[in-house]
Amino acid sequence: MCDCNGPVQDCGKTTRRGWMFRIGTGLLSIGAMLAATPIVGYVFSPAARKFAESWIDLGSVEKFPVGETTLASFRNPGAVPWDGYTADIPCWVRHIEKGDFQVFSIHCAHLGCPVKWFAQSRLFMCPCHGGVYYEDGSRASGPPPRGLYEFKYKVIDGRLRIDGGRLPTLQQSP
Amino acid sequence: MRIPTWMMDSWNWIDQRTGASATIAPIMDHHVPRNAKWWYVFGSATLMFFILQITTGICLALLYVPSAGEAYQSLIHIDTEVPLGWMIRGIHGWSSNAMVLMMLIHMCQVFLHGTYKFPRELTWIVGVFLLFGTLALAFTGQVLRWDQDSYWGLGIGAAMMGRIPWIGPEVVNLVIGGPIIAGETLSRWFSLHVFVLPGFVILMVGLHIVLILKNGISEMPEPGAVVDKATYREGFEQRMKTSGVPFFPEAAKRDMIFCGLMLLIVIGLAFFVGPFGPLGEPDPTMINTNPKPDFFFLWIFAILALLPPSIETYLILASPVVIVAVLILLPFISNEGERAPSRRPVAVITLVLLVTILAALSQLGVTTPWSPKMDAWTSDTTPRQFVVGRSPTELQGAILFQYMQCRNCHELAGIGGQRGPELDDIATRMTRDQLIRQVQQGGGNMPAFGKNLDSAQTAALAAFLQTLTPDGEHKAVIPAVKGDYPDWN
Repeated sequence: MCDCNGPVQDCGKTTRRGWMFRIGTGLLSIGAMLAATPIVGYVFSPAARKFAESWIDLGSVEKFPVGETTLASFRNPGAVPWDGYTADIPCWVRHIEKGDFQVFSIHCAHLGCPVKWFAQSRLFMCPCHGGVYYEDGSRASGPPPRGLYEFKYKVIDGRLRIDGGRLPTLQQSP
Repeated sequence: MRIPTWMMDSWNWIDQRTGASATIAPIMDHHVPRNAKWWYVFGSATLMFFILQITTGICLALLYVPSAGEAYQSLIHIDTEVPLGWMIRGIHGWSSNAMVLMMLIHMCQVFLHGTYKFPRELTWIVGVFLLFGTLALAFTGQVLRWDQDSYWGLGIGAAMMGRIPWIGPEVVNLVIGGPIIAGETLSRWFSLHVFVLPGFVILMVGLHIVLILKNGISEMPEPGAVVDKATYREGFEQRMKTSGVPFFPEAAKRDMIFCGLMLLIVIGLAFFVGPFGPLGEPDPTMINTNPKPDFFFLWIFAILALLPPSIETYLILASPVVIVAVLILLPFISNEGERAPSRRPVAVITLVLLVTILAALSQLGVTTPWSPKMDAWTSDTTPRQFVVGRSPTELQGAILFQYMQCRNCHELAGIGGQRGPELDDIATRMTRDQLIRQVQQGGGNMPAFGKNLDSAQTAALAAFLQTLTPDGEHKAVIPAVKGDYPDWN
């Protein structure tokens, strides 16, 4: 003999109460999963988003004097209208010789602070933890584990274009 | 003072239907140790500041616009145009600092008094969650300020996340809500700061209080009064019955006095010092900025500058895990026995060491001796005593010294950057050849200037550096060739 008054006990046989409890549990589980799928997908989607190459215009090649490194900025290709100031991203453009460029991300390879170019000593210096880079972006001293991040660039119809729009970190190119 | 009958009737009506007094009375009356005095006020103060944070936070949310394009202007609007808006922002900022401070003192007291031992292990663990919840609120709050420090601070956080093996880039994109810091980043951090984290902290505070009521407030530690699992509970309950005092008003009166004082200080700071920032506009193209976190994160900022690059990634990733694990495991590592600090020298030394290290690192985070002083070469002129009586070549070197931004990292007479050594007496430490080698090839954390200086410039620079000897001190020489140096006597 067993007591079948409990809501879940089925005593080896199927009771109506037992069935209802199981159906209730099952329906709720399915419902919860169906609700959770879009929630998880929505929250985690930035991690999975793929980014297409986008050749952003930095302006005419003439804007960048040969032999000099100058600050440029570009509109983030994925910008939304409410980005405000943050839609404009700075970068350093080094015009080595006619048509030969290096375009560096502003972000220090150590922890992402903005590096500043010093034309006299031909060094980039970082204000945060003292990372220093040579004019070709290679690491000179301080904590950075590598040189400055470099954008891929193309010169199309006399205009300098770069593939950008991603925050560069140690395992992600700019 | 007599309470009017209609009020009593109304209260009784509500009480009969809700059972409010039956719920509240045991909480107010529960007995606490007679000797629980001024050491026990810090938890209450933390809670009070949290309630103040929620209240002022709701006020700020009435007017703050969580949009990357408008957040900054909405803060300026609150500060300058909304009546008493600056005061609300001031209270929210100062109270957040006070909440972190009170929480840390409370935690130190609990650690020092061994309060985390049996049967209060879970209270401690919930407290550890509250620690991280509160610090997360502090950091996310700093981000909502949406000024230059906030923008670049996020970049620092993202760069740290980016070092996680394999999934680093995905974590970065998740944290900043896309490929780059922009509109979606602020929205994400806004919902963390105003919904997710406060919800979590409210839940944990509730649990913390339930556990306190269940296990009672610990007594002041006495040497020799050891915690023994077999007898502790019974003994504690017995002592509370015989010598305990009701929480309200006996213990609460000290809480009230201390909380009242702290509240006055925070309101005073908000009134006289005003709100925190916002500093510069969050315009990434304005790169003349020197991002720094709020004071409770300065020690992390300092560690990140001082760690050797070779082990940095491992420490950035492993230390948070280790810190959380140690804090959570603490009540299991040391679960019984003495609670008195006088009988727990290791605990006392650990705490003193930790506080000293954190204070020293925070102090370094304020002065940042490792950062180049970016404008030293234009703002700090060469002190007069280093140019008087120099030859034209040496003066040319002095000009180069300034022009090549050497001052950004090297001090002269205590003025300039502190990244490299002070050079007042460099000629007593290095010979001409060593100076030239150092300038051209760099090394020891100095960039090489070989490509940027021709030989005449290098010679001039070395000539100037060679004049940097305090009066009456010898220049450095190589002993074997001492005869080559006529000024050696």
